[in-house]
Amino acid sequence: MDIDPFIFRLSIFILSIFIGYYVVWSVTPSLHTPLMSVTNAISSVIIVGAIIAALAGTSNNIFDASSIYGFLAITLAAVNIFGGFLVTQRMLQMYKKKKNNKK
Amino acid sequence: MISANFSAIFYLGSGILFILALRGLSSPDTARQGNYFGILGMTIAIVVTFLSIGSFSTTIIYVFLFLIIGGAIGAFIAFKIPMTAMPELVAGFHSLVGLAAVFVAIAAFLNPQAFNLGSPGDIKIASLVEMSIGAAVGAITFSGSIIAFLKLRGIMSGSPIMFVGQHYLNLILGVVIFALIFYLCRSQSSNLFWMVIAASFLIGILLIIPIGGADMPVVISMLNSYSGWAAAGIGFTLENTALIITGALVGSSGAILSYIMCKAMNRSFISVILGGFGADNFSTDTKNKKDQKPVKSGNAEDAAFLMKNASSVIIVPGYGMAVAQAQHALREMVDKLKKNDIKVTYAIHPVAGRMPGHMNVLLAEANVPYDEVFELEDINNDFANSDVAFVIGANDVTNPIAKTDPKSPIFGMPVLDVEKCKSVLFVKRSLSPGYAGVDNELFYRDNTLMLFADAKKMTEEIVKHLD
Repeated sequence: MDIDPFIFRLSIFILSIFIGYYVVWSVTPSLHTPLMSVTNAISSVIIVGAIIAALAGTSNNIFDASSIYGFLAITLAAVNIFGGFLVTQRMLQMYKKKKNNKK
Repeated sequence: MISANFSAIFYLGSGILFILALRGLSSPDTARQGNYFGILGMTIAIVVTFLSIGSFSTTIIYVFLFLIIGGAIGAFIAFKIPMTAMPELVAGFHSLVGLAAVFVAIAAFLNPQAFNLGSPGDIKIASLVEMSIGAAVGAITFSGSIIAFLKLRGIMSGSPIMFVGQHYLNLILGVVIFALIFYLCRSQSSNLFWMVIAASFLIGILLIIPIGGADMPVVISMLNSYSGWAAAGIGFTLENTALIITGALVGSSGAILSYIMCKAMNRSFISVILGGFGADNFSTDTKNKKDQKPVKSGNAEDAAFLMKNASSVIIVPGYGMAVAQAQHALREMVDKLKKNDIKVTYAIHPVAGRMPGHMNVLLAEANVPYDEVFELEDINNDFANSDVAFVIGANDVTNPIAKTDPKSPIFGMPVLDVEKCKSVLFVKRSLSPGYAGVDNELFYRDNTLMLFADAKKMTEEIVKHLD
């Protein structure tokens, strides 16, 4: 009997929750704000779905209803991807050790 | 065009890179590298998506156009935003993830062929359930984050908004959403799909309005978690591993942060969600006692004198420091103290500020080296051996009543043992109680000197007197 592919996806999902659990507990509390901004950025990988939706429109009607939602989602996700990664980078650049800090 | 199997391997790769991105955050040394892993993972996911579709019609120009518009806006915000506004920014970004999830779900509902989910009116039941859940969680994330954003930004009052039957209304709405999804699966009617989204928007608003300002660290973490679950829901719909992995990572990350925040306030997650904290009656009977107790207050000169003659000082920053933007002045003060060979460290309570790690970012911005900044459990024993505790903008997290009075609403909350210091300097505008509505016993102690002023002005004054 074949296993439903859904079960495989569910397995990936559950295992990833466990990975997330252990990885996030090891994050140092002083970096909790960058953690939030970077999780924000990576959850915008939802842009993958937005791109598929946007490109699904036929060439004689680029802006049918479903592609419009795709384009909107691309824009929102892009704000998040660029904003999220860049602001995380900006924050992380500020974390310095004592030694490097002497002028 | 590349095969579905091939792209699935690449999506797995970007999922792994995202795990490494989070792993990097275990130390500030590896964090920047981690962020590059994250960017690489995202780039791979996007490129693979283009390649797997392969039809490079004119539409792709528009895709790039919108990508660039969004990217430019995001980059602009990222460079311009002041660090004190990080909580609002994160809440705002959460709302975008939520709304993007809703839009993708709608697109999938309107054009299921594009995602191999069937045809309109005949979408696979499993996919329909997955996209409804993705859309519902996304909508809750969106409207909830908007409310959180407005509260953090100060556009909306931070005080809880409560009305009779609020929680029952939420419960009913929740049941309605499930019922709508059930009927949606039977009838495939698009009206029901829209109603699911509308009800979810409403529930998102209703969930966040009763939660007060200082519970925001929990709310932001919770919405962070929701945005992850929304992404995972969409990931199941689109059968995309990168999205499923990322959604699970983000979901559990936000859940852990919420847990840490709740624990730091000794409150249950449920009680935070139910809201209304700080609006209870406990404060009234302590208020009556207040007038009888003497308070010692001083000025910047006294504070400067005390600290100059100390050999060790512990700084306890709180939300008030962020509001007054006092972190740079504080750093200046500390530099002066260090020149006099005084040992200075910083003590951070997990819920100081409006989001997890808020104080750490502000101190890092003011060029405070991160190895001088300590968490509650690492520094709490040092107060007894220190000369001066300088409390700037914190209140409830220093209140010794949390250890002594079982009737107090904050009883059992882990607090910084500030009172064990030889002397305590408390920068505050007035004697008003903190967020929890509890009078701080610390104000009336013999070894406490109150400095009534704006945090930034007072610190600048002290700097002048330290010369």
